[in-house]
Amino acid sequence: MADPMKIRAQLKGDVAEIRVLMGHAMETGQRKDAAGKTIPPHFIQSLTVEVGGKKVVEGQVGTSVSRNPVFGFKVKGAKAGDKVVVSWVDNKGDKRTDEAAVA
Amino acid sequence: MKYRIAVVATLAVAGTGSVLAQAKDPTIAGIEKYREMLGDDNPAELYEARGEILWKMKAGPKNASLEKCDLGLGPGVVKGAYVQTPRYFADAGRVMDIETRINWCRTSLQGFSEADVRKRPFGSADKPSEIEDLVTYVVTASKGMKVNVPTSHPKEVEAYELGEAMFHFRAGPYDFSCASCHGESGKRIRLQDLPNLTTTADARRAYIGWPAYRVSTSRVHTMQWRINDCFRQQRFPEPKYMSEAVDALITYMAQTANGAEYKGPALKR
Amino acid sequence: MNTTRRTVLKSATAGSVLAGLIAAGALRPTQVLAAEWNKAAFDAHDTASALKGIGAGTPMDSKDLILKVPDIAENGAVVPVDVISNIPNTTSISILVDKNPSPLSASFDFANGALPEVSARLKMGQTSMVKAVAKADGKFYTAQKEVKVTVGGCGG
Repeated sequence: MADPMKIRAQLKGDVAEIRVLMGHAMETGQRKDAAGKTIPPHFIQSLTVEVGGKKVVEGQVGTSVSRNPVFGFKVKGAKAGDKVVVSWVDNKGDKRTDEAAVA
Repeated sequence: MKYRIAVVATLAVAGTGSVLAQAKDPTIAGIEKYREMLGDDNPAELYEARGEILWKMKAGPKNASLEKCDLGLGPGVVKGAYVQTPRYFADAGRVMDIETRINWCRTSLQGFSEADVRKRPFGSADKPSEIEDLVTYVVTASKGMKVNVPTSHPKEVEAYELGEAMFHFRAGPYDFSCASCHGESGKRIRLQDLPNLTTTADARRAYIGWPAYRVSTSRVHTMQWRINDCFRQQRFPEPKYMSEAVDALITYMAQTANGAEYKGPALKR
Repeated sequence: MNTTRRTVLKSATAGSVLAGLIAAGALRPTQVLAAEWNKAAFDAHDTASALKGIGAGTPMDSKDLILKVPDIAENGAVVPVDVISNIPNTTSISILVDKNPSPLSASFDFANGALPEVSARLKMGQTSMVKAVAKADGKFYTAQKEVKVTVGGCGG
């Protein structure tokens, strides 16, 4: 099972600064293992960020995003206590959803 | 830039004082900017989270958690424990670094065998080891605290002296010692500055960033691993995991770094 | 091990470092991702095709699109990239690495108060131009900078 995400959402004025750390191999499909066999691609493809029940960011990513990806977003109009929900889905259909509150 | 080849081909030694003199060198400035841009978001946090679960989870033949583990500040005290190790533990009769001590608890509290905890200390990016998770959890709890390793117990004095002697001990096919790389200021290998670990300033700078998540290997490396890898680079025989020798070297470095603020697991190249 | 861990995760309380932890599957999927993953754009092997794939064609250079990258990456496995668009009505930002086997790295759509800004970390196989592309009022804008890579980040 994938690691839980680490989500930080800090309010600066009326802008929430959101940082998300995801645990994922982000395998490119170009690496070879010790036996010389190609390691199949395994990577996050889509992510969404919701703040206060509204979808604010929808992202699509490819194999060239680093292993254990980190993303940063800013959302205007957020309030302390607003729920931040982040979800991702990878190319094998694995998915994960975690949440935090704007602080 | 002036380089002369020293000892082995991959070890480039900058001309005396030139690293400081070339502070404006665009390559060095660029690397500094890169390190700055990497910022604080560190995948080591994923290890920390797993480590906390493992710490609190009942496991092993005795089906116990590690929550009663005494890391030096009393049973169950995690916060601040890392910055006060290595230290002498009376129950074990020896000086232990944090990793040795956590494994001590895994054997004494959880009932794992010595062989169990020695089986796979260093994991991989795809499969980190449990001790790497546990160490990351414990050290992160000392983030922002001053390194304050005890130095008064005779065994702690002995470990420091043994560590210092080993640090300068030249051996192996290349007649190398730790000091060959880390005993003089202003050296570097490729783009990495080499800390002079005999000086307080450099020992502090080096010590406060370990354990570390390396982007080149995509995983957390512990101090036990770091010493092990230095032995490999010196072409020494592999040191025994958690041995008094390895813990003595860590003690030497930690005591030299005393007073520094521990920054938590670093994010490195 | 996995089963035990899952049980622990499910019973973990909020307020720990895992605040808000939700075991996978315990939460109903709030949103089905609206857009299909843009396979044509992500699989494209050159920048021109990738740009075509995201509908950008030939974007215009813009000084209002700020791309922050290091001049040198100590390791290509992790190259930090920040993009900020000061172009009014920006609704999406994409990031491309010209010399990567598949240049398109990521693409983000913003709505409901999200500022047109994003930070990400990318892998780079070699020294290359990094491009940001922003979409505003149906038009595409671009900014680019070179990142020198000392050790490539895709081989291992």
